[in-house]
Amino acid sequence: MRAQRTESRVHGRYLRHSKEFPNIWCAGCGIGIVLAAIIRAVDGLQLDKNEVAMLSGIGCTGRMPVYVDFNTMHTTHGRALAFATGLKMVRPEMKVLVVMGDGDALAIGGNHFIHAARRNIGLTAIVVNNATYGMTGGQSSPTTPTGVRTATAPYGHIEQPFPVAELAVTAGAAFVARSTVFHVRELEQYLSQAISKEGFAVVEVMSYCHTTLGRLNRWGTPAEMMRRLRDDSLTLKRAESLSEAEKQGKIVRGVFVDRDLPEYTQLYERVIERAQAERV
Amino acid sequence: MPARLMQGDEACAEGALAGGCRFFAGYPITPATEIAEILARRLPQVGGKFIQMEDEIASMAAVIGASIGGAKAMTATSGPGFSLMQENIGYAAMAEIPCVIVDVQRLGPSTGRPTSPSQGDVMQARWGTHGDHPIIALSPSSVRETLDLTVQAFNFSERYRTPVILLMDEVVGHMRERVELPRAETIKRVERPVTTVPPEWYKPYEDSVSDVPPLVPFGEGYRYHVTGLHHDERGCPTDHLEKIQAWSDRVFRKIDSSLSDIILYEEDGIADANVLVIAYGATARSAWHAVKLARERGGKIGFLKLKTIWPFAEEVVEHAAARLHHVVVPEMNRGQLVLEVERVVARNKVHRVNRTDGEMVHPGDILAAIEERIL
Amino acid sequence: MGDRSEVRLAGTGGQGAILAGIILADAAVRDGKNVVQTQSYGPEARGGASRSEVVISDGEIDFPKVLRPNVTLCMSQEACDRYARQTVKGGVLILDADHVVRAPTTHAVRLPLTTLARQAAGRDVAANVVALGLLAGLTGIVSHESLEHAVRARAPKGTTDVNLKALAAGREAAERFKREHR
Repeated sequence: MRAQRTESRVHGRYLRHSKEFPNIWCAGCGIGIVLAAIIRAVDGLQLDKNEVAMLSGIGCTGRMPVYVDFNTMHTTHGRALAFATGLKMVRPEMKVLVVMGDGDALAIGGNHFIHAARRNIGLTAIVVNNATYGMTGGQSSPTTPTGVRTATAPYGHIEQPFPVAELAVTAGAAFVARSTVFHVRELEQYLSQAISKEGFAVVEVMSYCHTTLGRLNRWGTPAEMMRRLRDDSLTLKRAESLSEAEKQGKIVRGVFVDRDLPEYTQLYERVIERAQAERV
Repeated sequence: MPARLMQGDEACAEGALAGGCRFFAGYPITPATEIAEILARRLPQVGGKFIQMEDEIASMAAVIGASIGGAKAMTATSGPGFSLMQENIGYAAMAEIPCVIVDVQRLGPSTGRPTSPSQGDVMQARWGTHGDHPIIALSPSSVRETLDLTVQAFNFSERYRTPVILLMDEVVGHMRERVELPRAETIKRVERPVTTVPPEWYKPYEDSVSDVPPLVPFGEGYRYHVTGLHHDERGCPTDHLEKIQAWSDRVFRKIDSSLSDIILYEEDGIADANVLVIAYGATARSAWHAVKLARERGGKIGFLKLKTIWPFAEEVVEHAAARLHHVVVPEMNRGQLVLEVERVVARNKVHRVNRTDGEMVHPGDILAAIEERIL
Repeated sequence: MGDRSEVRLAGTGGQGAILAGIILADAAVRDGKNVVQTQSYGPEARGGASRSEVVISDGEIDFPKVLRPNVTLCMSQEACDRYARQTVKGGVLILDADHVVRAPTTHAVRLPLTTLARQAAGRDVAANVVALGLLAGLTGIVSHESLEHAVRARAPKGTTDVNLKALAAGREAAERFKREHR
């Protein structure tokens, strides 16, 4: 009880009380858990709120920034990383967090996602992956599992899903981790590591949408879906000892990569030095 | 300052630097690429930043991100890229983020002819993004004017907290011309208005003092929200109809109440003219040549060159054309700005001269149109 | 508008018609003249028709393109077929005889500019600058001094010597031509 009270006090210090609550998310949604974990990670790192920016695109996750007392920007669908790239370049000292849903980050924003990773620009990309477009009513997304029924795949989804974390590793991100909205302590830890990282850091957070995809596929209550995140996930270490068949359908959690790569805005400082040295 | 040979795209880049631009994001495209190449070299020399983005959508987004970070920011493109930028130009209009978008018009539609000039994006500059919003668009007709209007574009964008479009064309962008550069100290530069209130009182969209509320950059202790949703004075999404209407009224008012500052034009010989020629961009060069030829032949010809395309110079055109029976409007398109002229002047007085094969409107064609009205 | 001089330089992409136009325009600025240089070319960097136009005047230059050229240079048969006849009466038409086989008039200055470039500078591609030396020598449209400065300022890095040799070869060809056709 004491721990809970302390935590709610922490959350309270970072929420915008001028903004009318409750928030827009459905009761039982995982996005609020991600927001709370982000707040605790920022608080744990003792960052100055003035030095933190949170940007988002469009969708349920896109509504997150308005609730927190940072420098916040709710941009256009899929483009948050591109907006954040401009901001980070002119304010390299700021911690720039970019929160996106799976459709936002990987479909309409897929190009920006891989290029931000390739550039290794110092942004923290947090992808809340509920495998669907929740706000518009449960349509197929780039992470929807094959066979699942969606509002736009009433006979079952025939496409294969993007593995977000693995994609980010291949595209060149400096830090990539995956957790779930059930594993909140682990999630908080990964977020803390990601925010501290100099380069492009990605945290994929597996969540669910009980009001759309869950209902269409009769996956039950939020609690049941939460339980599934617990039971159907395993750590990276454990996954290494399993065969491909045994890993089928499981969520692999862990830090996929944590590597030292030159960060873009720091490299650009060298560009400025070179340009000014040449000019003299 | 000695005279030198300078290309239009180079003048745009130098004008941007003179206007205080310290961030550029873009994507290669003919005939605007030179602007990016020059700024890639020049911006870091002055401590500015340049980035080549993955496409024009991202370029426009990065420009807005840099502007909210406090830098004067610009992108440059041509038709196909301008189309991709429309989404985020709308965001800049909605969130009132100062920025400059250069469109060096080439022959369209689609890929069209990348190395040929056009004035086909005039209406796109006004209405390219969805929804009602004001916009400022300027169009230069010479290399020197490109430099001056690029500075002006930054000044307008900061003064009115709005995206400003510099509507160049391939002729002006690629043309090299003898220019005398302005002395640095003569260039007037407008800086972003600063707030006088402490962070706890600051509202980024408050209209009680001015229709252009000061925009404090991120990272300076004023934490607030910016969104493309309709929002209240704090920047938070709102469902209150009166606040949505108030926003719309204010953003149009801030432009409409400053037309005397924004509308830039040059006029010549209008007072006793029988025929008025209205032109802009490279076509103004064809028109001026034709006007001089017609005058040599005894015609009383008035000339009006519009530098500000949007908002349209309604009153200027109305006044200039009031007692005339003939207005000739040459354009390198099928007739775009002429629609505005026809709206303001009676339609049967307006005569079009159009060309859409990727060459400049020939002075001879304008001359013929003028003489047809006199004789 | 009376003192308006118009030059059209036309060839195939990669022959340097546009660079020649830029150098000529630069020289005109150095002579204290008003000048506008424009160009027209396809989207590709090599091959395809390419032309550069230079308008020089003591006064204001309104229309920036050529109306009736006083000087035309054709470095390809296609350019010759298209532009040679547009040259104003009494104007100068220069043809690169290495590339132009059929000329529309006997009044043209037909010289093997590419061969001259190869002989003088060791580079075929310097034919454009040979043409500039020739053009300036025949017309006096820009001074040789300014043209030489312009070549130094505008020639690609590392090619200054090659291009100055080409320029001199063009100028000599002009002198030779004038002697022979007095």
